Amino acid sequence: MSEVLDKVVEIVCNQLSVNKEDVTPDSSFVEDLGADSLDTVELVMAFEEEFGLEIPDDEAENITTIKSAVDWIEKNS
Amino acid sequence: MKNKKALVTGGNRGIGKGIVLSLLEQGYFVLATSRDSTNFDMSHPNLKLANLDVCDHASVAAFQKIVSDYDPDILINNAGVTKDSLFLRMTEDDWDEVINTNLNSVFRMTKLVVKGMLKKKWGRIISISSISGSMGNPGQTNYSASKAGVDAFSRSLAKELGSRNITVNSIAPGFIQTDMTDGLIDEDITKKIPLQRVGNVEDVASLVNFLVSEESNYITGQTLVVDGGLFMK
Repeated sequence: MSEVLDKVVEIVCNQLSVNKEDVTPDSSFVEDLGADSLDTVELVMAFEEEFGLEIPDDEAENITTIKSAVDWIEKNS
Repeated sequence: MKNKKALVTGGNRGIGKGIVLSLLEQGYFVLATSRDSTNFDMSHPNLKLANLDVCDHASVAAFQKIVSDYDPDILINNAGVTKDSLFLRMTEDDWDEVINTNLNSVFRMTKLVVKGMLKKKWGRIISISSISGSMGNPGQTNYSASKAGVDAFSRSLAKELGSRNITVNSIAPGFIQTDMTDGLIDEDITKKIPLQRVGNVEDVASLVNFLVSEESNYITGQTLVVDGGLFMK
């Protein structure tokens, strides 16, 4: 498990109050983990803060799963 | 609960000052702002003062750090101005100044505090509006529009933030005795008010005390009128 993946999973579990065991790389924030629209904005904000990045709005829209978050962060940091 | 922290804009006089004093008396910590914080004629161990021009992007940007450090639980958007004249004589500058100070500032200030409130899953955002925003008032097309905007802003934001236990409301005072209404209040106006008197800042501050407290938990997206019965829907 990459360090980024670990961190992303931790943030997601924290924000959405889900268990680590229920999260896979393909988990969708909204469909699988019960996020509402405000959660998805808060998740992006939390990623930005944790990794010191700025995620543009149009790209943030495509960050909908654990894997897409990890990929974007690894590509841009 | 009593050690919650409130940010009050325009806290040096009028209704804002009344709110600051009343929150301090209730045991809250207060960060009060004014364009020139040397204007404050009060001091209290729980009161912190700051310079802020809510109309000015640079001033608000510089204030960001202070807000982040203070991490308020409560925002009172109180700073406001009037620039009255009949519409035919109103200039675009009069319009812009009032919309910017009374409405755009609410957008800017709320931006500064919402992230912190989301993290805490608790927050109170209260904006001081006016009955002029719902009943209309000759000479106040700019002011009425700005206050109606604040009411509508609060309703939409209340829907966005409700799931995070953040309530958003506005308070619409009628005629309250302050510098702003000096010269506007005469006997004719008093006669039209069912409670037969103009209001004082404490009348507004006591509603603020209620709205910031846990007692108001189930109230959001509302414009609460404090006007002695002058405007009834």
